[in-house]
Amino acid sequence: MKANAVNLIEKEWILPGNRTCPGCALSLAYRHVLKALEGQCIVTVPASCATVLHGMYPISAVNVPCVNTPFASTGASATGLVAGLKALGRKGITVLAFAGDGGTHDIGIQSLSGAAERQIDFMYICYDNEGYMNTGNQRSGSTPLGAVSGTTPVLGKQQYQKDMTAIMEAHGLPFVATCSASYPLDLYEKVKKARTIEGTRFIHIHTPCPPGWLFPFSDTIKFGEMAVETGLVVLYEIEDGIFRLTSASESIARKGGNLQPVREYFTSQGRFKTITEEQIDELQEWVNARWKQCLHRATNL
Amino acid sequence: MAVQRKSNMHIIDGNQSAAIAAKMSRVQVVAAYPITPQTPLTEQLSQFVEQGELKAEYVAVESEHSAMAVCTSASIVGARAFTGTSSHGLAYMHEMLHWAAGARLPIVLACVNRAIGAPWNVLNDQQDSISQRDTGWIQIYCRNNQEIMDTLIQAYRIAEQVYVPVMVCYDGYILSHTEMPVDVPDQADVDRYLPPYKPHTTLDPANPKNYNLVTLANPRIGVDGKLYHGYMELRYLLQEALQNSRETILQAGREFNEIFGRDYARMFWEDRSEDAEITIVAMGSLAMEAIVAADMLREEGLKVGVLGLRVFRPFPKSDVVQALRKSRLIVVFDKNISYGSEGATCSEIKSALYGTYINASIRNFIVGLGGRDVKARELAEATKKAIASLKETVINPDYPEWICQI
Ligand SMILES: Cc1ncc(C[n+]2csc(CCOP(=O)(O)OP(=O)(O)O)c2C)c(N)n1
Ligand code: SF4
Ligand SMILES: [Mg+2]
Repeated sequence: MKANAVNLIEKEWILPGNRTCPGCALSLAYRHVLKALEGQCIVTVPASCATVLHGMYPISAVNVPCVNTPFASTGASATGLVAGLKALGRKGITVLAFAGDGGTHDIGIQSLSGAAERQIDFMYICYDNEGYMNTGNQRSGSTPLGAVSGTTPVLGKQQYQKDMTAIMEAHGLPFVATCSASYPLDLYEKVKKARTIEGTRFIHIHTPCPPGWLFPFSDTIKFGEMAVETGLVVLYEIEDGIFRLTSASESIARKGGNLQPVREYFTSQGRFKTITEEQIDELQEWVNARWKQCLHRATNL
Repeated sequence: MAVQRKSNMHIIDGNQSAAIAAKMSRVQVVAAYPITPQTPLTEQLSQFVEQGELKAEYVAVESEHSAMAVCTSASIVGARAFTGTSSHGLAYMHEMLHWAAGARLPIVLACVNRAIGAPWNVLNDQQDSISQRDTGWIQIYCRNNQEIMDTLIQAYRIAEQVYVPVMVCYDGYILSHTEMPVDVPDQADVDRYLPPYKPHTTLDPANPKNYNLVTLANPRIGVDGKLYHGYMELRYLLQEALQNSRETILQAGREFNEIFGRDYARMFWEDRSEDAEITIVAMGSLAMEAIVAADMLREEGLKVGVLGLRVFRPFPKSDVVQALRKSRLIVVFDKNISYGSEGATCSEIKSALYGTYINASIRNFIVGLGGRDVKARELAEATKKAIASLKETVINPDYPEWICQI
């Protein structure tokens, strides 16, 4: 049975009153991840906003077993958890690595790539708020072209985002998927599916961040949806090499494939205050080209 | 009292000795990355696992940082974890070494001592492990391959009793690649000596706990109304664990003797110290060379003894003071240098003696960096030079002398 708002598991593994900002999409996404895993997991978390979410000793906002690990080491920490559980003969627990984009695209890419190449049996989830938010919003490998940040303060970022999901796909993983916190049921289904698959599974979640992206706290869901409707974020999954569009991206494709123009997404967020017309046009072309590829690759249309 | 048992002599090198010791300690997770001169150790362990001789998860990680991250996470789940490295590998692990000690995980690491760049150099000195002095690990140095075997087995006993990781250090090439006779213990005896690991951590969805969360400077009240430690209290407890580990180390050495007939109930080795007026201090295999040098000097009528440092962290201050109480000259040879100051072991000796009634002169020589050969004759000559220097002044010089061509 497909998940819907009514039949979603009621139990919560993230307690109310955690330390994330109001309107934080990371918190929302994590909530559905843990629901999909029914709490039957051991989580490893590197330095990030997720660390903050987890709480301050001796009080944790999260009701699953968890280890914190240094910033660069998430993939290796997950490897150690898996190896330890195996050595002790403990079965039936999903090892979940839950890291930000900085901890995934940048400093953690080595240990993640190593773990994926070794085909360690774990689930890696990158929540992507497109910057180093824990340290007050500096550029990361996932900060978009044109975005102002603490380390791109005047000109905005001059480079494109790194396509981490494609990099992980190139590792030949049994399952990779993209999600958005604004589409929690799609996210829930993907994590549930990934839970049943053996080997390294990679899931990328787009998680808008009001204080970092400079939009009102009440608009988190709207910006997540807008990213999908414009094709800046495409929702898909690749299971054993078979590419499928899912959720809103699938619906858009089925209804003629017309994306919304990207312009408004950029003009309505404070972080893009210095973006140029040329950059917006460039980004529109980039989106169109990638969307074409996705339509071409999709096997479920 | 030592027990009579049949010896089981093998001619093996230091890396083989360490690999066999890890196997006999029934390590459950091994994660390592190759680096000269540690490489044969990690190859040997992967072979043990692939051949089914060692029932463990062998993880061929992509870096030393990851090797230690695998060890910390495997250990926190409850598995006995082992790694080995050298030089740049140990330096690359630095962040994780702090993490392992801070999280109080009883991991054992074999450090095959090697120089560190720039420039590149694969040969022996002790700059690598000395540079990790303040990470909260117990550090024990070996003089020969038998000590590597025995110390590594003891290391798990110690680590798992005090919940502090232990670094077993042995000199690259001089020990790692040199074959010597080693009495290999029986597995049954090792099993008797080393009980299974009892973790202090629990990772279970039925009883969720969250380890190494952000911890404030001050103690904080938990949801149960109890007061929990702040960061500073946790750091104090780590220091206290190291301070108090001396008894555990000695006990582990005593009980080792009872089962295996080799006595390790000591923080350092002493040779001809009873009547020594001059004491040579050295650590690792250099201590063996120092014994030869002392013998040469004895033949010339000089009352020379040797203090071979074994446990460098915790540093056995009172024991050292006791051992040096009759010395009027202490000659410290260091295979490391704290740039701008002096050799690390010399600083320890000076600090141990400060404020005691012992008023010995101390001379420090830096030797053997980057594999520079150290001959017993050179140690003897340096000692004589130190003796001669007393005629000019008994005051300790600010900086060490180097035995090199400059
Ligand atoms: C080795 C190291 N370098 C730098 C830091 C400081 N630091 C902590 S979190 C962070 C950024 C995290 O960014 P990301 O992974 O995207 O997570 P987010 O905070 O955005 O959720 C940085 C730079 C650190 N903890 N460790
Ligand atoms: S900075 Fe952004 S990602 Fe971090 S807690 Fe706040 S809203 Fe969430
Ligand atoms: Mg981020």
